[in-house]
Amino acid sequence: MSKNTIELDINVPNQTRYLSLIGRIGEDLARELEKEGGRRETLAYHLNTVLTEAMTNAIVHAHDGDPEKTVHISICITEDELCIRVFDQGQGFDLNSIPMPDFDRLEEHGHGIYIIRCLMDTVVYRRLRDHNVLEMWKKLR
Amino acid sequence: MKIETGEANGVILITLIGERLDAHNSDEVKGKVRDIFESGAKSVVVDLSEVRFIDSSGLGAMVSGFKNAISHHGRLVLSGLQAQPRSMFDLTRLTRVFEIFENAEAALGSFAEK
Repeated sequence: MSKNTIELDINVPNQTRYLSLIGRIGEDLARELEKEGGRRETLAYHLNTVLTEAMTNAIVHAHDGDPEKTVHISICITEDELCIRVFDQGQGFDLNSIPMPDFDRLEEHGHGIYIIRCLMDTVVYRRLRDHNVLEMWKKLR
Repeated sequence: MKIETGEANGVILITLIGERLDAHNSDEVKGKVRDIFESGAKSVVVDLSEVRFIDSSGLGAMVSGFKNAISHHGRLVLSGLQAQPRSMFDLTRLTRVFEIFENAEAALGSFAEK
């Protein structure tokens, strides 16, 4: 690991009450990034949002709210980019099949992935042997 | 999330007291707004001035409230959005759906004008 790399691995119970804890960790990490300068507060809010949306997806959809499961989150920040990975043990889904929200229809659901895509540069969902991972990358300026 | 309700000149003011409106508490807020419309209210303000963070579930709760208002021939408006929650309304194009007032007083006043 290079001297300017930050890596965090977190496991939390599959419960929405932990959304604020993980969101806060994302905010605090963003505030450590000197490079981002005046954009740090915006980045902090965006990381909070992305972590919240990705975790909610794992807790509510992939794990169907099962409190016995856990959610694994990994955050890696290097000089030039950051990557958030949220792992789940659900059925998995095809990220490319999720449509853009229809803004004229006033929908209550289905904005989570759209928001993540808006706030991050690259979003990938991979199915691995015994789990899945939602991987979200952002370049740092 | 603490949900306070009050009434002024026939308008129900719902104030959400808490830093986050997210998937953990959005159902509670959604249920409260639905109950208020089902109990006969027609005019509702949801004040978000205390809310620093909102996610897609929180936005969904507001959309649900808006739909409740329509189905009960009522009106639901928002007030006091902080800059970052407001950016989420912008991102999901909801700023063109909701009437958003600077503060609860202005939102309540808007019902007197109509």
